[in-house]
Amino acid sequence: MSDLRQTPLHALHLSMGAKMVPFAGYDMPVQYGLGVMKEHLHTRAKAGLFDVSHMGQVIVLGNTFAAAARGLEGLIPVDILGLGLNRQRYGFFTNDAGGIDDDLMLANRGDHVFVVVNAACKTADIARMKAALEPAVTVTEITDRALLALQGPASEQVLATLDARAAHMAFMDVATLSLNGVEAWVSRSGYTGEDGYEISVPADAAEALARTLLDHPDVEAIGLGARDSLRLEAGLCLYGHDIDTTTSPVEAGLTWAIQKTRRGGGDRSGGFPGSAKILHQIENGASRKRVGLLPEGRAPMRDSVPLFDAEDSADPIGTITSGGFGPTVGGPVAMGYVATQHATAGTTLYGELRGKRLPLTVTKLPFTPANFKR
Amino acid sequence: MKYTEEHEWLRADGDVYVVGITEHATTQLGDLVFVELPDVGASVSKDDEIVVIESVKAASDIMAPVDGEITEVNTDLADDPSLANSDPLGKGWFFKIKPSDTSQLDGLMDEAAYNALIG
Repeated sequence: MSDLRQTPLHALHLSMGAKMVPFAGYDMPVQYGLGVMKEHLHTRAKAGLFDVSHMGQVIVLGNTFAAAARGLEGLIPVDILGLGLNRQRYGFFTNDAGGIDDDLMLANRGDHVFVVVNAACKTADIARMKAALEPAVTVTEITDRALLALQGPASEQVLATLDARAAHMAFMDVATLSLNGVEAWVSRSGYTGEDGYEISVPADAAEALARTLLDHPDVEAIGLGARDSLRLEAGLCLYGHDIDTTTSPVEAGLTWAIQKTRRGGGDRSGGFPGSAKILHQIENGASRKRVGLLPEGRAPMRDSVPLFDAEDSADPIGTITSGGFGPTVGGPVAMGYVATQHATAGTTLYGELRGKRLPLTVTKLPFTPANFKR
Repeated sequence: MKYTEEHEWLRADGDVYVVGITEHATTQLGDLVFVELPDVGASVSKDDEIVVIESVKAASDIMAPVDGEITEVNTDLADDPSLANSDPLGKGWFFKIKPSDTSQLDGLMDEAAYNALIG
Protein backbone atom coordinates (compact mmCIF):
# COMPACT_ATOMS: atom_id res chain seq x y z
CA MET A 1 0.00 0.00 0.00
CA SER A 2 1.49 3.25 -1.10
CA ASP A 3 1.08 6.48 0.86
CA LEU A 4 2.28 8.60 -2.06
CA ARG A 5 0.06 11.55 -2.91
CA GLN A 6 -1.45 11.96 -6.35
CA THR A 7 -1.94 15.07 -8.46
CA PRO A 8 -5.22 15.79 -10.30
CA LEU A 9 -3.50 14.48 -13.47
CA HIS A 10 -2.49 11.12 -11.99
CA ALA A 11 -5.03 9.08 -13.94
CA LEU A 12 -4.02 10.86 -17.15
CA HIS A 13 -0.35 9.98 -16.56
CA LEU A 14 -1.26 6.31 -16.08
CA SER A 15 -3.49 6.30 -19.17
CA MET A 16 -0.57 7.64 -21.23
CA GLY A 17 1.73 4.88 -19.99
CA ALA A 18 4.01 7.13 -17.96
CA LYS A 19 6.74 5.56 -15.88
CA MET A 20 5.87 6.75 -12.38
CA VAL A 21 8.36 7.42 -9.56
CA PRO A 22 8.08 8.79 -6.04
CA PHE A 23 9.09 12.46 -5.93
CA ALA A 24 8.67 14.76 -2.91
CA GLY A 25 5.94 12.50 -1.54
CA TYR A 26 4.00 12.34 -4.82
CA ASP A 27 3.66 9.59 -7.42
CA MET A 28 4.96 11.51 -10.45
CA PRO A 29 5.74 10.75 -14.13
CA VAL A 30 9.49 10.58 -14.76
CA GLN A 31 8.99 9.89 -18.46
CA TYR A 32 6.36 8.95 -21.03
CA GLY A 33 6.67 6.85 -24.17
CA LEU A 34 9.06 9.20 -25.96
CA GLY A 35 11.73 8.81 -23.27
CA VAL A 36 13.78 11.50 -21.58
CA MET A 37 15.97 12.32 -24.58
CA LYS A 38 13.16 12.89 -27.10
CA GLU A 39 10.97 14.64 -24.52
CA HIS A 40 13.81 17.08 -23.83
CA LEU A 41 14.47 17.77 -27.52
CA HIS A 42 10.76 18.12 -28.27
CA THR A 43 10.38 20.78 -25.57
CA ARG A 44 13.25 22.82 -27.05
CA ALA A 45 11.85 22.41 -30.59
CA LYS A 46 8.08 22.77 -30.04
CA ALA A 47 6.21 22.55 -26.74
CA GLY A 48 6.08 20.26 -23.74
CA LEU A 49 3.36 19.91 -21.10
CA PHE A 50 4.53 19.21 -17.54
CA ASP A 51 2.46 18.37 -14.45
CA VAL A 52 3.91 20.44 -11.62
CA SER A 53 0.86 20.19 -9.38
CA HIS A 54 3.03 18.80 -6.58
CA MET A 55 4.43 22.29 -6.05
CA GLY A 56 2.90 24.51 -3.39
CA GLN A 57 0.56 27.33 -4.45
CA VAL A 58 0.01 29.90 -1.73
CA ILE A 59 -2.01 33.11 -1.47
CA VAL A 60 -0.60 35.73 0.89
CA LEU A 61 -3.33 38.27 1.57
CA GLY A 62 -3.24 41.44 3.69
CA ASN A 63 -5.43 44.51 3.87
CA THR A 64 -3.45 45.73 0.86
CA PHE A 65 -0.90 44.20 -1.49
CA ALA A 66 1.71 46.35 0.26
CA ALA A 67 0.90 44.80 3.65
CA ALA A 68 1.47 41.29 2.32
CA ALA A 69 4.57 42.38 0.40
CA ARG A 70 6.13 44.07 3.43
CA GLY A 71 5.48 40.98 5.52
CA LEU A 72 7.17 38.69 2.98
CA GLU A 73 10.13 41.05 2.67
CA GLY A 74 10.97 40.09 6.26
CA LEU A 75 11.63 36.53 5.02
CA ILE A 76 12.76 37.05 1.43
CA PRO A 77 15.54 39.44 0.24
CA VAL A 78 13.61 40.58 -2.82
CA ASP A 79 11.90 43.89 -3.70
CA ILE A 80 8.33 42.59 -3.38
CA LEU A 81 6.79 45.96 -2.53
CA GLY A 82 8.07 47.33 -5.84
CA LEU A 83 6.75 44.41 -7.86
CA GLY A 84 4.42 45.86 -10.49
CA LEU A 85 0.81 44.75 -10.85
CA ASN A 86 0.63 41.43 -12.74
CA ARG A 87 4.40 40.94 -12.59
CA GLN A 88 6.36 38.01 -11.17
CA ARG A 89 9.81 37.70 -9.57
CA TYR A 90 12.12 34.88 -8.49
CA GLY A 91 13.10 34.79 -4.83
CA PHE A 92 14.12 32.60 -1.89
CA PHE A 93 13.68 32.20 1.84
CA THR A 94 16.98 32.81 3.63
CA ASN A 95 18.08 31.52 7.04
CA ASP A 96 20.06 33.12 9.87
CA ALA A 97 23.32 31.64 8.53
CA GLY A 98 22.74 33.34 5.18
CA GLY A 99 21.79 30.08 3.46
CA ILE A 100 18.71 29.35 1.35
CA ASP A 101 15.77 27.44 2.86
CA ASP A 102 13.81 27.28 -0.42
CA ASP A 103 13.49 29.13 -3.71
CA LEU A 104 10.17 30.33 -5.05
CA MET A 105 8.23 32.55 -7.44
CA LEU A 106 6.29 35.61 -6.27
CA ALA A 107 3.58 37.40 -8.24
CA ASN A 108 1.64 40.61 -7.66
CA ARG A 109 -1.95 39.59 -8.38
CA GLY A 110 -3.55 42.84 -7.32
CA ASP A 111 -4.85 42.31 -3.80
CA HIS A 112 -2.46 39.48 -2.90
CA VAL A 113 0.94 37.93 -3.44
CA PHE A 114 0.76 34.55 -5.20
CA VAL A 115 3.67 32.35 -4.16
CA VAL A 116 4.79 29.06 -5.75
CA VAL A 117 7.21 26.96 -3.68
CA ASN A 118 8.94 23.60 -4.06
CA ALA A 119 6.96 20.48 -3.20
CA ALA A 120 9.50 19.09 -0.77
CA CYS A 121 9.63 22.35 1.21
CA LYS A 122 6.03 23.51 1.04
CA THR A 123 4.92 22.43 4.51
CA ALA A 124 7.86 24.20 6.13
CA ASP A 125 7.49 27.24 3.88
CA ILE A 126 3.81 27.69 4.73
CA ALA A 127 4.48 27.24 8.46
CA ARG A 128 7.26 29.84 8.21
CA MET A 129 5.02 32.37 6.48
CA LYS A 130 2.12 31.79 8.87
CA ALA A 131 4.37 32.19 11.92
CA ALA A 132 5.85 35.42 10.63
CA LEU A 133 2.81 37.07 9.04
CA GLU A 134 -0.40 35.94 10.70
CA PRO A 135 -2.80 37.25 11.91
CA ALA A 136 -2.30 40.63 10.16
CA VAL A 137 -1.65 38.86 6.86
CA THR A 138 -3.21 35.48 6.02
CA VAL A 139 -1.33 32.65 4.35
CA THR A 140 -3.52 30.12 2.52
CA GLU A 141 -2.31 27.03 0.70
CA ILE A 142 -4.34 26.45 -2.46
CA THR A 143 -5.04 22.73 -2.49
CA ASP A 144 -7.88 22.63 -5.02
CA ARG A 145 -5.90 23.75 -8.05
CA ALA A 146 -3.49 21.88 -10.33
CA LEU A 147 -0.39 23.51 -11.80
CA LEU A 148 0.65 22.78 -15.39
CA ALA A 149 3.67 24.10 -17.26
CA LEU A 150 3.61 24.54 -21.02
CA GLN A 151 7.17 25.15 -22.18
CA GLY A 152 8.93 25.60 -25.49
CA PRO A 153 8.93 27.95 -28.49
CA ALA A 154 5.46 26.86 -29.71
CA SER A 155 3.85 27.53 -26.31
CA GLU A 156 2.56 30.99 -27.22
CA GLN A 157 0.91 29.80 -30.40
CA VAL A 158 -0.65 26.83 -28.58
CA LEU A 159 -2.00 28.73 -25.58
CA ALA A 160 -3.24 31.63 -27.73
CA THR A 161 -5.62 29.22 -29.47
CA LEU A 162 -7.43 28.98 -26.10
CA ASP A 163 -7.13 32.62 -25.05
CA ALA A 164 -5.58 35.19 -27.40
CA ARG A 165 -4.43 37.29 -24.44
CA ALA A 166 -1.69 34.69 -23.79
CA ALA A 167 0.24 36.13 -26.74
CA HIS A 168 0.30 39.62 -25.23
CA MET A 169 2.01 38.54 -22.00
CA ALA A 170 5.74 39.26 -21.68
CA PHE A 171 8.29 37.14 -19.78
CA MET A 172 7.38 37.19 -16.06
CA ASP A 173 3.93 38.70 -16.63
CA VAL A 174 0.97 37.11 -14.87
CA ALA A 175 -2.66 37.22 -15.98
CA THR A 176 -6.02 35.60 -15.36
CA LEU A 177 -7.05 33.87 -18.57
CA SER A 178 -10.04 31.80 -19.57
CA LEU A 179 -8.84 28.42 -20.82
CA ASN A 180 -11.48 25.89 -21.85
CA GLY A 181 -14.01 28.04 -20.04
CA VAL A 182 -12.24 27.91 -16.68
CA GLU A 183 -10.37 30.63 -14.83
CA ALA A 184 -6.63 30.08 -15.08
CA TRP A 185 -3.92 31.97 -13.21
CA VAL A 186 -1.13 32.11 -15.75
CA SER A 187 2.46 33.33 -15.61
CA ARG A 188 4.82 33.58 -18.56
CA SER A 189 7.71 31.77 -16.94
CA GLY A 190 9.04 28.29 -16.30
CA TYR A 191 11.98 26.07 -15.50
CA THR A 192 13.40 25.06 -18.87
CA GLY A 193 15.13 28.17 -20.26
CA GLU A 194 12.46 28.28 -22.96
CA ASP A 195 9.52 30.59 -23.47
CA GLY A 196 6.40 29.21 -21.83
CA TYR A 197 3.70 29.43 -19.21
CA GLU A 198 2.79 28.07 -15.81
CA ILE A 199 -0.95 27.57 -15.51
CA SER A 200 -2.92 27.19 -12.28
CA VAL A 201 -6.39 25.74 -12.87
CA PRO A 202 -9.12 24.18 -10.69
CA ALA A 203 -8.24 20.55 -10.00
CA ASP A 204 -11.48 19.24 -11.51
CA ALA A 205 -10.76 21.03 -14.81
CA ALA A 206 -7.09 20.10 -15.05
CA GLU A 207 -7.37 16.84 -16.97
CA ALA A 208 -9.66 18.34 -19.61
CA LEU A 209 -7.27 21.27 -20.11
CA ALA A 210 -4.26 18.95 -20.27
CA ARG A 211 -6.01 16.78 -22.87
CA THR A 212 -6.91 19.87 -24.92
CA LEU A 213 -3.30 21.04 -24.89
CA LEU A 214 -2.00 17.54 -25.67
CA ASP A 215 -4.37 17.34 -28.64
CA HIS A 216 -2.37 20.12 -30.29
CA PRO A 217 0.10 18.48 -32.71
CA ASP A 218 3.03 20.52 -31.30
CA VAL A 219 2.51 19.42 -27.69
CA GLU A 220 3.88 16.28 -25.99
CA ALA A 221 3.68 15.23 -22.34
CA ILE A 222 7.05 15.65 -20.62
CA GLY A 223 8.18 13.96 -17.41
CA LEU A 224 10.41 14.93 -14.53
CA GLY A 225 13.47 13.38 -16.21
CA ALA A 226 13.47 15.88 -19.05
CA ARG A 227 12.41 18.65 -16.68
CA ASP A 228 15.71 18.06 -14.85
CA SER A 229 17.91 17.94 -17.97
CA LEU A 230 16.18 21.04 -19.40
CA ARG A 231 16.71 23.11 -16.27
CA LEU A 232 20.31 21.89 -15.95
CA GLU A 233 21.18 23.03 -19.47
CA ALA A 234 19.42 26.32 -18.68
CA GLY A 235 21.71 26.76 -15.64
CA LEU A 236 18.75 26.86 -13.23
CA CYS A 237 19.22 25.72 -9.64
CA LEU A 238 17.50 22.65 -8.21
CA TYR A 239 16.74 23.17 -4.52
CA GLY A 240 18.46 20.55 -2.36
CA HIS A 241 21.25 20.15 -4.92
CA ASP A 242 22.56 23.45 -6.31
CA ILE A 243 21.19 25.55 -3.48
CA ASP A 244 20.44 24.50 0.07
CA THR A 245 20.54 25.68 3.68
CA THR A 246 24.34 26.05 3.51
CA THR A 247 24.70 27.96 0.22
CA SER A 248 24.31 31.73 0.27
CA PRO A 249 22.61 33.56 -2.61
CA VAL A 250 25.93 35.24 -3.42
CA GLU A 251 27.78 31.91 -3.60
CA ALA A 252 24.95 30.57 -5.76
CA GLY A 253 25.26 33.41 -8.26
CA LEU A 254 21.75 34.64 -7.39
CA THR A 255 22.72 38.16 -6.31
CA TRP A 256 20.75 39.47 -9.32
CA ALA A 257 17.55 38.38 -7.55
CA ILE A 258 18.30 40.77 -4.63
CA GLN A 259 17.28 44.17 -5.97
CA LYS A 260 19.29 47.29 -5.01
CA THR A 261 16.61 48.50 -2.63
CA ARG A 262 17.26 45.43 -0.41
CA ARG A 263 21.08 45.71 -0.55
CA GLY A 264 23.40 47.90 1.53
CA GLY A 265 22.44 51.56 1.14
CA GLY A 266 19.01 50.68 -0.29
CA ASP A 267 15.73 52.13 1.02
CA ARG A 268 14.72 48.76 2.54
CA SER A 269 18.19 47.32 3.03
CA GLY A 270 18.38 44.05 4.95
CA GLY A 271 15.61 43.03 7.33
CA PHE A 272 15.61 39.37 6.20
CA PRO A 273 17.24 36.34 7.89
CA GLY A 274 21.00 36.25 7.42
CA SER A 275 21.03 39.76 5.95
CA ALA A 276 24.30 40.80 7.64
CA LYS A 277 26.19 37.90 6.07
CA ILE A 278 24.52 38.13 2.67
CA LEU A 279 24.92 41.91 2.33
CA HIS A 280 28.57 41.61 3.42
CA GLN A 281 29.13 38.98 0.72
CA ILE A 282 27.51 41.19 -1.92
CA GLU A 283 30.06 43.92 -1.05
CA ASN A 284 33.11 41.73 -0.52
CA GLY A 285 32.53 38.55 -2.50
CA ALA A 286 32.22 34.95 -1.35
CA SER A 287 34.95 32.32 -1.03
CA ARG A 288 33.16 29.88 -3.35
CA LYS A 289 30.91 30.23 -6.35
CA ARG A 290 28.47 28.15 -8.33
CA VAL A 291 29.79 27.58 -11.86
CA GLY A 292 28.92 25.66 -14.99
CA LEU A 293 31.19 22.72 -15.74
CA LEU A 294 31.61 21.05 -19.12
CA PRO A 295 33.22 17.59 -18.92
CA GLU A 296 35.64 17.10 -21.81
CA GLY A 297 34.90 13.43 -22.36
CA ARG A 298 31.58 11.63 -22.81
CA ALA A 299 31.22 10.47 -19.21
CA PRO A 300 28.48 12.31 -17.28
CA MET A 301 29.63 13.64 -13.90
CA ARG A 302 26.82 13.88 -11.41
CA ASP A 303 25.98 15.27 -7.96
CA SER A 304 28.73 14.74 -5.30
CA VAL A 305 31.66 14.19 -7.70
CA PRO A 306 34.63 15.96 -6.04
CA LEU A 307 36.56 18.55 -8.06
CA PHE A 308 40.33 19.11 -8.02
CA ASP A 309 42.54 21.82 -9.53
CA ALA A 310 45.09 19.29 -10.82
CA GLU A 311 45.28 15.61 -11.71
CA ASP A 312 47.50 14.92 -8.69
CA SER A 313 46.39 17.48 -6.07
CA ALA A 314 45.42 16.19 -2.64
CA ASP A 315 42.43 18.22 -1.52
CA PRO A 316 39.27 18.96 -3.50
CA ILE A 317 38.51 22.59 -4.36
CA GLY A 318 34.84 21.98 -5.01
CA THR A 319 31.98 19.56 -5.67
CA ILE A 320 29.48 18.94 -8.43
CA THR A 321 25.90 19.58 -7.28
CA SER A 322 24.01 18.65 -10.50
CA GLY A 323 25.18 16.85 -13.56
CA GLY A 324 24.15 14.56 -16.33
CA PHE A 325 23.76 14.34 -20.07
CA GLY A 326 22.48 17.42 -21.87
CA PRO A 327 20.50 16.26 -24.92
CA THR A 328 20.60 19.69 -26.61
CA VAL A 329 24.29 20.17 -25.83
CA GLY A 330 24.85 16.60 -27.04
CA GLY A 331 27.18 15.74 -24.20
CA PRO A 332 27.60 15.83 -20.45
CA VAL A 333 26.96 19.05 -18.52
CA ALA A 334 27.25 19.84 -14.82
CA MET A 335 27.26 22.60 -12.26
CA GLY A 336 28.81 22.85 -8.86
CA TYR A 337 30.65 24.94 -6.33
CA VAL A 338 34.36 25.76 -6.59
CA ALA A 339 36.71 27.97 -4.60
CA THR A 340 36.44 31.47 -6.11
CA GLN A 341 40.01 31.50 -7.42
CA HIS A 342 39.07 28.54 -9.68
CA ALA A 343 35.74 29.99 -10.85
CA THR A 344 36.91 31.86 -13.95
CA ALA A 345 35.39 30.59 -17.20
CA GLY A 346 37.94 28.56 -19.15
CA THR A 347 39.67 27.12 -16.07
CA THR A 348 40.41 23.39 -16.38
CA LEU A 349 39.46 21.34 -13.33
CA TYR A 350 39.30 17.59 -12.70
CA GLY A 351 36.38 15.54 -11.47
CA GLU A 352 37.15 12.27 -9.71
CA LEU A 353 34.96 9.57 -11.23
CA ARG A 354 35.38 5.87 -10.39
CA GLY A 355 38.94 6.53 -9.21
CA LYS A 356 40.00 8.50 -12.28
CA ARG A 357 40.44 12.25 -12.60
CA LEU A 358 38.75 13.48 -15.77
CA PRO A 359 39.07 17.06 -17.06
CA LEU A 360 36.23 19.54 -17.21
CA THR A 361 36.13 23.23 -18.07
CA VAL A 362 34.53 26.00 -16.03
CA THR A 363 31.87 27.38 -18.37
CA LYS A 364 29.51 30.35 -18.34
CA LEU A 365 25.88 29.41 -17.67
CA PRO A 366 23.48 28.70 -19.29
CA PHE A 367 24.73 25.91 -21.55
CA THR A 368 21.87 26.58 -23.96
CA PRO A 369 20.82 30.19 -24.65
CA ALA A 370 17.66 31.36 -22.90
CA ASN A 371 14.71 31.82 -25.24
CA PHE A 372 12.40 34.11 -23.28
CA LYS A 373 9.79 36.52 -24.67
CA ARG A 374 11.13 39.81 -23.31
CA MET B 1 21.29 -17.70 -25.77
CA LYS B 2 21.87 -17.67 -22.05
CA TYR B 3 20.80 -14.99 -19.61
CA THR B 4 21.84 -13.67 -16.20
CA GLU B 5 19.69 -12.25 -13.42
CA GLU B 6 21.42 -8.94 -14.16
CA HIS B 7 19.66 -8.86 -17.55
CA GLU B 8 22.71 -9.75 -19.63
CA TRP B 9 22.55 -12.11 -22.59
CA LEU B 10 25.39 -14.40 -23.77
CA ARG B 11 25.60 -15.86 -27.24
CA ALA B 12 28.24 -18.45 -28.17
CA ASP B 13 30.62 -17.37 -30.94
CA GLY B 14 33.24 -20.14 -31.32
CA ASP B 15 35.03 -20.52 -28.00
CA VAL B 16 34.07 -17.02 -26.81
CA TYR B 17 30.72 -15.55 -25.74
CA VAL B 18 29.30 -12.26 -26.96
CA VAL B 19 27.66 -10.33 -24.09
CA GLY B 20 25.06 -7.59 -24.16
CA ILE B 21 22.04 -6.46 -22.18
CA THR B 22 18.46 -7.41 -22.91
CA GLU B 23 15.74 -5.25 -24.39
CA HIS B 24 13.98 -5.43 -21.04
CA ALA B 25 17.07 -3.85 -19.45
CA THR B 26 17.46 -1.09 -22.02
CA THR B 27 13.76 -0.25 -21.73
CA GLN B 28 14.12 0.06 -17.98
CA LEU B 29 17.29 2.16 -18.25
CA GLY B 30 16.04 4.52 -20.95
CA ASP B 31 18.26 6.29 -23.48
CA LEU B 32 21.90 5.31 -22.93
CA VAL B 33 24.35 8.19 -23.29
CA PHE B 34 27.64 6.72 -22.07
CA VAL B 35 29.28 3.31 -22.03
CA GLU B 36 32.70 2.56 -20.55
CA LEU B 37 34.02 -0.82 -21.66
CA PRO B 38 36.75 -2.99 -20.11
CA ASP B 39 40.26 -3.31 -21.58
CA VAL B 40 40.80 -6.03 -24.17
CA GLY B 41 42.93 -8.74 -22.58
CA ALA B 42 41.69 -8.05 -19.06
CA SER B 43 41.17 -11.06 -16.81
CA VAL B 44 37.88 -10.68 -14.98
CA SER B 45 36.02 -12.60 -12.31
CA LYS B 46 32.31 -13.35 -12.20
CA ASP B 47 30.41 -10.41 -10.66
CA ASP B 48 33.26 -7.90 -11.18
CA GLU B 49 31.80 -4.57 -12.26
CA ILE B 50 33.44 -4.29 -15.66
CA VAL B 51 31.19 -1.98 -17.66
CA VAL B 52 29.72 1.38 -16.68
CA ILE B 53 26.57 2.44 -18.49
CA GLU B 54 24.75 5.71 -18.04
CA SER B 55 21.32 6.76 -19.16
CA VAL B 56 20.20 10.39 -19.20
CA LYS B 57 19.20 10.01 -15.58
CA ALA B 58 21.45 7.48 -13.86
CA ALA B 59 24.60 5.39 -13.87
CA SER B 60 24.68 1.61 -13.47
CA ASP B 61 27.21 -1.21 -13.69
CA ILE B 62 27.33 -4.39 -15.70
CA MET B 63 29.04 -7.35 -14.08
CA ALA B 64 31.14 -10.06 -15.64
CA PRO B 65 28.76 -13.03 -16.11
CA VAL B 66 31.58 -15.61 -15.70
CA ASP B 67 35.32 -15.74 -14.99
CA GLY B 68 37.37 -15.20 -18.11
CA GLU B 69 39.35 -12.97 -20.43
CA ILE B 70 37.95 -10.04 -22.42
CA THR B 71 38.84 -10.75 -26.06
CA GLU B 72 37.08 -7.88 -27.82
CA VAL B 73 34.93 -4.83 -26.99
CA ASN B 74 32.36 -3.01 -29.12
CA THR B 75 34.04 0.33 -29.84
CA ASP B 76 31.05 1.35 -31.99
CA LEU B 77 28.92 1.19 -28.85
CA ALA B 78 31.32 3.44 -26.94
CA ASP B 79 31.02 5.96 -29.79
CA ASP B 80 27.23 5.63 -30.00
CA PRO B 81 25.66 4.24 -26.81
CA SER B 82 22.18 4.49 -28.36
CA LEU B 83 22.98 1.26 -30.28
CA ALA B 84 22.14 -0.60 -27.07
CA ASN B 85 18.65 0.91 -27.19
CA SER B 86 18.03 0.50 -30.91
CA ASP B 87 19.55 -2.97 -31.37
CA PRO B 88 20.22 -4.55 -27.97
CA LEU B 89 20.74 -8.09 -29.27
CA GLY B 90 22.75 -7.07 -32.34
CA LYS B 91 24.84 -3.95 -32.89
CA GLY B 92 24.42 -3.03 -29.23
CA TRP B 93 26.67 -5.85 -27.90
CA PHE B 94 29.16 -4.88 -25.19
CA PHE B 95 32.13 -7.28 -25.09
CA LYS B 96 33.33 -10.81 -25.87
CA ILE B 97 34.61 -13.01 -23.08
CA LYS B 98 36.52 -16.32 -23.18
CA PRO B 99 35.32 -18.25 -20.11
CA SER B 100 38.05 -19.84 -17.99
CA ASP B 101 35.58 -22.18 -16.29
CA THR B 102 32.83 -23.21 -18.69
CA SER B 103 30.94 -24.96 -15.87
CA GLN B 104 29.86 -21.50 -14.68
CA LEU B 105 27.73 -21.25 -17.83
CA ASP B 106 25.56 -24.06 -16.51
CA GLY B 107 24.26 -21.75 -13.78
CA LEU B 108 22.84 -19.26 -16.26
CA MET B 109 19.21 -19.11 -17.39
CA ASP B 110 17.78 -20.18 -20.72
CA GLU B 111 15.31 -17.97 -22.55
CA ALA B 112 12.22 -19.51 -20.95
CA ALA B 113 13.62 -19.03 -17.45
CA TYR B 114 14.61 -15.43 -18.26
CA ASN B 115 11.18 -14.61 -19.66
CA ALA B 116 9.65 -16.02 -16.48
CA LEU B 117 11.97 -13.79 -14.42
CA ILE B 118 10.92 -10.58 -16.13
CA GLY B 119 7.29 -11.63 -16.18
